[in-house]
Amino acid sequence: MKYEAVIGMEVHVEINSKSKVFCACPTDFHAPPNTNVCPICLGMPGALPVLNRDMVDKSVAVGLALNCKISRWSKMDRKNYFYPDLAKNYQISQYDLPLCHGGSIEIEVDGETRRIGITRAHMEEDTARNTHTLGGGQSGIDFNRSGVPLLEIVTEPDIRSAAEAYAYLTALKQILQYLDVSDCNMEEGSLRAEANISIRPEGRAEFGVKTEVKNVASFSGVQKAIDYEIARQEKVLREGGVIVQETRGWDADRGITVSQRLKESAHDYRYFPEPDLPPIVVDESWENRIREGLPELPAPRKKRLESQYGLSAYDAHVITLSKPVADYYEAVVAAGADPKKASNWLMVELQALLSAAKLEIQACKIGPEALAALLKLIDTGLISGKIAKEVLVEMFDSGLPPDTIVRDKGLSQISDTGAIEAAVKQVIDASPEQVAQFKAGKDKVFGYFVGQVMKATRGKGNPQLINDILRRELEG
Amino acid sequence: MTMDWYWKSASEISAAVRSGVVSASDITEAQLRRIDEVDGRIDAYTQRWDDTARAMAAKVDKKASRGEALGPLAGVPVGLKELLCTRVGKTTCASKMLEHFRSPYDATVVKRLEAADAVFLGKVNMDEFAMGSSTENSAIKVTRNPWNLKCVPGGSSGGSAAAVSAGECAISLGSDTGGSIRQPACLCGCVGIKPTYGRVSRYGLVAFASSLDQIGPLTRTVEDAALTLNVICGRDEMDATSADLPVPDFTGALTGDVRGLRIGLPKEYFTEALSEPMRERIEQAVDAYRANGAEIVEVSLPCSEYAIAVYYIICTAEASANLARFDGVRYGFRHPEAKTMQDMYVMSKSAAFGPEVRRRIMLGTYVLSSGYYDAYYLKAQKVRALIKKDFDAAFEKCDVIAGPTSPTASFEFGAKSDNPLEMYLSDIYTISVNLATLPGISIPCGLTDAGLPVGMQLMARPFEEELLLKTAHFYEQNRGFDMGRPPIA
Repeated sequence: MKYEAVIGMEVHVEINSKSKVFCACPTDFHAPPNTNVCPICLGMPGALPVLNRDMVDKSVAVGLALNCKISRWSKMDRKNYFYPDLAKNYQISQYDLPLCHGGSIEIEVDGETRRIGITRAHMEEDTARNTHTLGGGQSGIDFNRSGVPLLEIVTEPDIRSAAEAYAYLTALKQILQYLDVSDCNMEEGSLRAEANISIRPEGRAEFGVKTEVKNVASFSGVQKAIDYEIARQEKVLREGGVIVQETRGWDADRGITVSQRLKESAHDYRYFPEPDLPPIVVDESWENRIREGLPELPAPRKKRLESQYGLSAYDAHVITLSKPVADYYEAVVAAGADPKKASNWLMVELQALLSAAKLEIQACKIGPEALAALLKLIDTGLISGKIAKEVLVEMFDSGLPPDTIVRDKGLSQISDTGAIEAAVKQVIDASPEQVAQFKAGKDKVFGYFVGQVMKATRGKGNPQLINDILRRELEG
Repeated sequence: MTMDWYWKSASEISAAVRSGVVSASDITEAQLRRIDEVDGRIDAYTQRWDDTARAMAAKVDKKASRGEALGPLAGVPVGLKELLCTRVGKTTCASKMLEHFRSPYDATVVKRLEAADAVFLGKVNMDEFAMGSSTENSAIKVTRNPWNLKCVPGGSSGGSAAAVSAGECAISLGSDTGGSIRQPACLCGCVGIKPTYGRVSRYGLVAFASSLDQIGPLTRTVEDAALTLNVICGRDEMDATSADLPVPDFTGALTGDVRGLRIGLPKEYFTEALSEPMRERIEQAVDAYRANGAEIVEVSLPCSEYAIAVYYIICTAEASANLARFDGVRYGFRHPEAKTMQDMYVMSKSAAFGPEVRRRIMLGTYVLSSGYYDAYYLKAQKVRALIKKDFDAAFEKCDVIAGPTSPTASFEFGAKSDNPLEMYLSDIYTISVNLATLPGISIPCGLTDAGLPVGMQLMARPFEEELLLKTAHFYEQNRGFDMGRPPIA
């Protein structure tokens, strides 16, 4: 029997508002412990929450980008449970009326496009962080993170493989970064993903029993954890066992999932409407204001780059993966560079330098105008492509403009016909054997002559000129 | 003019201080001596802030000596209910849980009173976390009714009512979730107003039931209630439920004219549940309105009989979440013998909350539990909406509703404390006002044969405090008899 996996994802994203979701404290939770706190996020008696409008704006933007409907009327609810990292012992979240619902996102796996339904996206507050490294059997709590705005995005059970889950997370992250609402750093916990996984015999409509996999710290970890969990469930079923509904943690070191909590011991959260906060009413004009402010999203931008600049689907895809890269690319073209050459230089040469230096394009010393200027030096024949690569490395390290580097290092190409003619004459005179071969019709030997002339000009000879003069001298 | 400053009204004191007739310091000293004299018998105060009071008074006097304009409550002595957060002293909520708790901030109302040049004398007793109707649930002390020391002052703002009634402050702030300002005001013979939900910021009021709680003043005169509302009402950015409405000059509304005013008497409030002296006094009060040109109409509030049931579902549900934060993790009582996290929660809460608080937390947890939510909490919310509709319909026929504040006058200690349900009935006439988010006021309207105060309650449409105060003030000025002072005077 062949099994099919059914997967739904729950992603928590920390929204990059300046202040926390219910108070004015800064959201930087890397500050020294318990310094970005106030009576509200500490859950002091008498303190009251006030909803941050920026959080609503950004959540609506995410909802619209995920093709969700925005609730005209929604509310916050209290989710009750006891844990020391939860200041009030209830989390302010949204239960039955989320801000955004009924959306979808398109993903591409192996050239095939699939649509993943977005059930809902709702606003809530983050918890504090417990630390157990103080020694002496003591635990500490850092409330800097308490009240940091979170958006929870939940998909329909539309995902069918680990690869699709990976593609979903990649596409979601891409959209969130385009909207500039989160830095989406999974290692630092600003994006947290959980997968609900079940399997069923192929062709059956009913779902199997699901497990929830948590504690995953990277996208590739999610992929591995899902693959593992699918295989584990298959093995259980093939051996005649049953799947137990439970929460399982991903142990990255051992590469396995481990049972954490059975459903029977699941919490009764006793949700009820938060009486301290009035309903959230997002009217049409509010929604339209956010819609009008949305940036161009990755999918339409990719299509535009293909049609506007004649890029291949693959090139357009790679360039639009990150908004800063796509912005950079368009700035290079706007500065006068040929679109295809700009794409090649950006994706191959510059990307290699960035990867080696572990830098993001925003931190690159070469501005888009400088790259365009470098490409112009090639076009006008001042330097060859080969020299240009050396110049690029120099620009990358020093941040100097390309013409300065070319001038200071004497790298400009020899386009003086007389000098090249002299070099050609010298090479032909020194290679009677190869001249004979060429004349006998062995065309391949032409490359030998080009190489020799290049060598004689120490790489600075204009290749086109060398070609032309060699042809004329040898064939003439 | 030097005698008995502690019996003067806030408006008299403020006028005298502002015109330089008397200093805020003199007022404060007179007030502190009065507390020395009587509080040993009343026990309204849980904390005395003599030094703070003197410093605040000196500051007001210094301002006056520099010729600066003084605030509307200049030199007025104020007592604060134990659940209002203050940086000075402790904020105990009359609970062992917060016995040593010091708030890092001042409640918005506290800041506003201070900005109006009031003088804080200290904090006054209450039922633990505002849960109760007799102040017998205080973990700190027993407060007695100044009219009869064997009787309760009502609750939960019992300390506030007793202090005002005994001349131990001119104004005290209380809080009202189901009658906790109006019922003790009634039992102690003073004025107590619960403003419309949203009129006064709740920031810094330790929450009992967030959708019902409202802060308000207890005073000896209606004018003082109006004066206090002028200071404490108005939008606060720290409370998302505070109304963004302009604050009128409430004292300006006290015109003394009730001609043409339509006063509604709900037939459901005048049944055998109402004790005879209460009924009699209220009917006399209604006659006074009629005689002065008001129109008296009968109205009906058919859902009244469900109010107590609805109230005890909603308020306990909200309380179960609001009081969850008292877990011994960051502040408050932590049981010294707790070894595990689970023990810390269970042992701390079991040891530091009194029986009524524990009962309400358990009730609230139950009504929110999966499988019971729809039958209790959700249904209660629906009936709450019906109760509000009843009032909307009644206010089509009348402008103000009049009735009793409490079914009986004050009662002796222990009379109801073994029977929670009977105690809950003390609030039968006040609870609906909170559920419907209306303003309500209790004003004294006589004494029983046993010499205990009787109070009349007036209710108005949301944010019509001006009309409410005008109506109450008219009666106060025209009731034709003097309430006199409690025997402790």
